[in-house]
Amino acid sequence: MASDPIHQFNISKLVPIEIGGLDFSFTNSSAFMVATVVAAGAFLFMSTASRGLVPSRMQSIAEMTYEFVANMLRDAAGSQGMKFFPFVFSLFVFVLVANLLGMFPYFFTVTSHIIVTFALAILVIGTVIVYGFLKHGLGFLNLFVPSGVPGVLLPLVVAIEIISFLSRPISLSVRLFANMLAGHITLKVFAGFVTSLSAFGIVGIGGAILPLGMTVALTGLEFLVAFLQAYVFAVLTCMYLNDAIHPGH
Amino acid sequence: MAREDDLDRRRRELEAALSARRPETDGEKRSSRSGGLAGAGNALKLSSEFIAGIVVGAGTGWMIDRLAGTSPFGLVIFLLLGFCAGVLNALRSTGQMAEFGSRPSGKDGDGDGRN
Repeated sequence: MASDPIHQFNISKLVPIEIGGLDFSFTNSSAFMVATVVAAGAFLFMSTASRGLVPSRMQSIAEMTYEFVANMLRDAAGSQGMKFFPFVFSLFVFVLVANLLGMFPYFFTVTSHIIVTFALAILVIGTVIVYGFLKHGLGFLNLFVPSGVPGVLLPLVVAIEIISFLSRPISLSVRLFANMLAGHITLKVFAGFVTSLSAFGIVGIGGAILPLGMTVALTGLEFLVAFLQAYVFAVLTCMYLNDAIHPGH
Repeated sequence: MAREDDLDRRRRELEAALSARRPETDGEKRSSRSGGLAGAGNALKLSSEFIAGIVVGAGTGWMIDRLAGTSPFGLVIFLLLGFCAGVLNALRSTGQMAEFGSRPSGKDGDGDGRN
């Protein structure tokens, strides 16, 4: 097993496919995306297959997830936002399950690649822009015009607001990607200390207890981060959708 | 007069009850108490907001330069605007600045748009 902490993010082609000079290979990343979708879909399907009025444990987990996302969306975007519920729920579950699958040893973490998180963020912002223009027409542009700004400053403020809006997908994707990448590298580095220290005989094994404890603590923290980042991603999606539903004041 | 005294007393009681409750609900105090980890999360959040503004500003300026041939002015101006947008993003994410538009968010309940 390679000991460098970056090795775990390597993309390897499982089934090389090339169509018209473009690389459409089925990689380990794609495999874990499929695994994420299958795991999430199978869990939700099986936990709700035998529905009871008194839910079983698995059913109540599925129901809690539903309630959690529904409340989040309703708080952020109002009852009109509920038509985006399937979208937000899928995003939340996909990111959460991908993060959690990445916590298995030797597994690949899909969300530790910025192109994946950026694609998700572009999907969110694209939905916001398309829906905003469809629903409000040019009135959607009111989003960029804060009320009560003197006319002289208006072009400057509008330019800043537009840049601020365009930077949203970048900060949204960078946050998820950086958290997962940094967490996994830290975990790997501390776990690497354990093996390299224990090579120094009995003193080294005594000293290796410290990084071992740290690794255990970091693993717990990583589970927290995996959940928290999925939550943050979904909350920000809800807030951006709110801008598309109610632009202006 | 007795009625005003009564109101005054109730206001003080409310104040006391609120201040007793405040440390538990105040998110900022709690995060500063829990120290390092929440701080690191905040740092990552704020820096990503700030950097995103600068990157988008610089990218926009560079694109405008390429399309309109105004090098280097587009890059200079939009980089500065990007800095402003980054600061704005960071202030917004700490809640020290109003969000887009200045309406109270959500919960308006006029379900006209359920198409």
